[in-house]
Amino acid sequence: MIDILQTRLQQKYRTMSWPDGPTPPLPAQFAGRPCMDAAKCNSCGACEKACPVGAAQIVEGRPTLDTGRCLFCRACEKACARGALKFTKEFRMAAAQRGDLTVSQAQQAFPAAQVEKARQYFGRSLKLRQVSAGGCNACEADTNVLGTVGWDLGRFGIQFVASPRHADGLLITGPVSVNMRHALEKTYAAVSSPKIVIACGSCAIAGGPYAGHPEVCGGAMSVVPVDLFIPGCPPHPLTILDGLLRFVGRISEG
Amino acid sequence: MSAFASIANGGTLSCAKLPRLEVGAFRAAVLAEIALGSRLSALFACPGKDGGFLLIAVLAQDSRSRLAVTTCAVHDRYPALTPECPQAQGFERELAEQWGIHPEGHPWLKPLRFQPARAGVIQSERPDIGVSPFFSMHGEEIHEVSVGPVHAGIIEPGHFRFQCHGETVYHLEISLGYQHRGVERALIGGPHPRTIHYMETLAGDTTIGHATAYSRVCESLMRARLPARAQGLRGIAQELERLANHIGDLGALAGDVGFLPTMSYCGRIRGDALNMTATLCGNRMGRGFVRPGGCGADIDHAEVEDLLRRLEALRKDVDSAATLLFEAPSARARFDGTGAITADICRDLGLVGVAARACGVARDARSDFPYDIFQFAQIPVCTWTSGDVFGRAFVRGLEISQSIAFVREQLAALPEGDVWRAPTVALLSPDTLAVALVEGWRGEILHAALTGPDGRFACYKVVDPSFHNWQGLAYAMRNQQISDFPVCNKSFNLSYCGHDL
Repeated sequence: MIDILQTRLQQKYRTMSWPDGPTPPLPAQFAGRPCMDAAKCNSCGACEKACPVGAAQIVEGRPTLDTGRCLFCRACEKACARGALKFTKEFRMAAAQRGDLTVSQAQQAFPAAQVEKARQYFGRSLKLRQVSAGGCNACEADTNVLGTVGWDLGRFGIQFVASPRHADGLLITGPVSVNMRHALEKTYAAVSSPKIVIACGSCAIAGGPYAGHPEVCGGAMSVVPVDLFIPGCPPHPLTILDGLLRFVGRISEG
Repeated sequence: MSAFASIANGGTLSCAKLPRLEVGAFRAAVLAEIALGSRLSALFACPGKDGGFLLIAVLAQDSRSRLAVTTCAVHDRYPALTPECPQAQGFERELAEQWGIHPEGHPWLKPLRFQPARAGVIQSERPDIGVSPFFSMHGEEIHEVSVGPVHAGIIEPGHFRFQCHGETVYHLEISLGYQHRGVERALIGGPHPRTIHYMETLAGDTTIGHATAYSRVCESLMRARLPARAQGLRGIAQELERLANHIGDLGALAGDVGFLPTMSYCGRIRGDALNMTATLCGNRMGRGFVRPGGCGADIDHAEVEDLLRRLEALRKDVDSAATLLFEAPSARARFDGTGAITADICRDLGLVGVAARACGVARDARSDFPYDIFQFAQIPVCTWTSGDVFGRAFVRGLEISQSIAFVREQLAALPEGDVWRAPTVALLSPDTLAVALVEGWRGEILHAALTGPDGRFACYKVVDPSFHNWQGLAYAMRNQQISDFPVCNKSFNLSYCGHDL
């Protein structure tokens, strides 16, 4: 027993104070929400050609990037000779509307994630059932880490539960492999209404690197309605947590 | 002519030089070589133009650090290796499912991934996922427990079918395929712009491991040599990946026996290791870091110093958390003797990685088939003897110490210079076989590619260590209490998506 107490003293209290305190440090090379400078773009299309998943597109002569499809591999940024497209450190990327995930000159600010239904019903207590439907275990790992003492998801009343029958909604990762379609449908049906669905990661939003494969359905929306989209490959835990907290109105959008 | 061609780890062989035996001779040669102690690292098929297939076997000769390769032509059937060589069971089920090649006499010819056939099998014959002829027991008080695909925690899906009598598990069958995304099919004709992204996500917690194996295949096929700084950085990234996962596993094992202190500490410390990987390239899983030709990112002197400081803090934290776990009588009571497998079973089933080393079978590609930085800096192989949950946990603890020492040594001695060198050739070598082994954190990863006359992949085989080891978990559960399943499962911690591809 003494050694357990001593170890606890040595390990110290490590729960971060964010969102009430400073943001935890992000890596220097972190790829967050991109920003565009349309004035620099000459529509050469190098970004489109470089993008492995069709996330970067020139629309009406202006650069756009669908962060929902994006793998954050920075191939487009590297390909652009004029610096029209850059990834910033903005970690707030989750959005309630699929369309808000596309960044362009006109839409630079981070998108709205709050959903009134979520705030009203689940603002103080949100129990989620995680379903990995073809996920590679990265989104799963960075979701799991939110339960550890550094992040401590439980202090916000948010928890992952063992059964859809105990849950208020699903958090889906993976492109929804055809082999998981039925299990996902059944799990969704087992959650009582009102319920919400969160698509976490590029695969769950639009299929990720597997978009277009006949072995996958192409994202959670192909099977269930989705209320919140969290981009990334995988999304940084801070992006996931920020998304969840804005979704239930625990922190404001501003 | 010898039955086998011999290549090194990362070696290439022109297709013209591949031995082509007839089926009987192929079978006899492979079985004889395995009886001498070699391992079946891969057995796969490459479709030919005439509707037939080239069956390729890659055997690992650990004591000689060589890979023995042989092939034979098959059409739609051949006498199975599995009855005499259980290591082949998964590979032969894969041949049947992917290509319609029937391994005659296979005692366990059940679906492997429930995937669409690449060729040969008529779609109407394909069973629904999870509908498998599971072995069953009959009798009074016998009950069958079915778990998954969706599991209680935040974990990938798979199906476990237990045959139980009271608390005792007589037999566990594991049915996977839920994560199948069509990786190997999509690699044909590559490299494409998406290829590296498939490699980084086919087993997303082993991004560095698989990206390294793929990069080495390309580097072999382009006769590329890595800059020295890239060698060091890749080794650091690989060991950081091992650290993060092993630390996480110790925490999860503690959690599964209700030992919350170590569960809490290791859950957090794992994030520290992932953040160190993120310092290298901006991504906690290491996406974007390993690329054919070297590394996709670099760090400066200040970042190296910072990593060294953080590594020392991590070492102290992990040391105290792990010691607490290994010395807690309550945890040891659950770990000791649970899920034990013997070294003989391990060799029969062809287990690799931590699961093998915990039985005393000292298999480690970093030392048996030294590659890249491991040709210059050897990490001692960590083994235990009990082959139980404790053994698999303790080997992780030992490997954590070794990897920390390695990362410290490499950071302090990082050569200056570029981290990436452009290829000197435009195309991969045509009509060539290349094989690369990497010691991923779970165990041996194998990538084998066969290029066509155009220098593009005609065939690409990925063998994740989990492909060998799932059968080990099923075996380890025999005669165990069903309540020990979570801790046994965690002690292996295998990849569902790495198996399903």
